[in-house]
Amino acid sequence: MTNLQETWVYLSASPLFHLTLTLVAFQAASWLFERGGRNPLLNPVLGAVLLVVAVLVATGTDYGTYFEGAQFVHFLLGPATVSLAIPLFRQWHRVRASALAISVSLLCGSLTAIVSAVLVARALGGSSEILASIAPKSVTAPVAMAIAEELGGLPSLTAVLVIVTGILGAMFGPLLLDLARIRGWPARGLAIGTASHGIGTARALQVNETAGAFAGLAMGLNALATALLLPILWRLLF
Amino acid sequence: MPGYLTLIFACQLLGEMAVGALALPIPGPVLGMVLLFGWLMRRGAVPEGLGSVAGGLQRAMSLLFVPAGTGVMLHFQLLGDALLPLGLGLVVSTLLTILVTGAMMHWLAKGDAK
Repeated sequence: MTNLQETWVYLSASPLFHLTLTLVAFQAASWLFERGGRNPLLNPVLGAVLLVVAVLVATGTDYGTYFEGAQFVHFLLGPATVSLAIPLFRQWHRVRASALAISVSLLCGSLTAIVSAVLVARALGGSSEILASIAPKSVTAPVAMAIAEELGGLPSLTAVLVIVTGILGAMFGPLLLDLARIRGWPARGLAIGTASHGIGTARALQVNETAGAFAGLAMGLNALATALLLPILWRLLF
Repeated sequence: MPGYLTLIFACQLLGEMAVGALALPIPGPVLGMVLLFGWLMRRGAVPEGLGSVAGGLQRAMSLLFVPAGTGVMLHFQLLGDALLPLGLGLVVSTLLTILVTGAMMHWLAKGDAK
C-alpha cells in the first residue's frame, strides 16, 4: 500500500501522468465517437474534457498541476495553426475565385457572432463582466482572451466559452447546414470556421479538405475582424 | 521531415515576434500561417514531407483543445451562477452565426468557379 502510494505521489507530480491522461481520455472518447456511428452528440473533445475533469476532481488535482503535463499537448496548437497554410494553399484557386463572397459572408458572420451573443446574454440578465467575456467567443482563444480583458471581462472564463462554442459548432453545425440545404464545401467550411474557430476547423478537416481550408481561412480572418470591430462596436452599441 | 517541422516552428516564431514587436491584433500562429502560405506561394508547390507533417498535426488537432477545455473546472461556480445567459447566449449565437455565414456564402458564391 505504501509502495502504491509512493508511486502515485511520484507519478502525479510528473508531467507524464497528466500528459498520458489527456491522450488516453481522448482515445477513449474517440473510440466512443466511432462506435456511436460518429454521432455528433458524442463529440470527442467534449467526451475527453469530461473524462479528464472527472479524474481530476476525483483525485483532488488542481488545474495548474494538470496543465504542467498537458501543456505539451496544448503547445502544439500553435504549429497546427501554422500548418493550416497547406490546405489553404491547395485550395487557393477556389478562395481567389470567391474573394468577395468570402469577405462579405465573413463580415456578416463576425457581426452576428458578437451581437447575438451579447444581446441574448443581456436579455437573460448577464452582468457586464459576463457580456464582455462572451462577446469574443467565436474567435480563437488567444485573441478572444485579449479582447475580453480589454472590454473588462474575465479572460479565463472567455477561454472556456471559446472552447464550448467550438464544441457546439462542431456538434450541431453540420446538422444545421444540412437542414438549411447548404451543401457546398466552401460555404460549410467558412460557416464552421467563422463560428467555431479551431475546433470547427479540426472537424471540417476530418470531413473534407476544401471545407477545412475555408474553415482555417475563416478562423484567421474572423480573429482579425473581431479584434478590429469588437472594441468599436462595444463603445457604440453596448 | 525534421526540416519541415523546423520550418513550421520558425514561421510561428517569426509570427509571434512580429505580433509582439508591432502590437498586431492577431495571434502569432495566425501570422505564422500567413508566412508559411507566402513561402508556399513562392515555391509554387507543397513539398511531400511538409504535407505529411502538416497532415499529422491536423489529424491530431481536436486532441490539442482538451487541455484548454479542461479549464472549465476553474469556473464551475461562475458557470453555474450565470448558466442561463451564458448557455443560451452560446447556443443561439453559435448556431445563428453558422446559419448566417453559410447562407450568405452559399448565396453569394453561386456563380464563382468550382
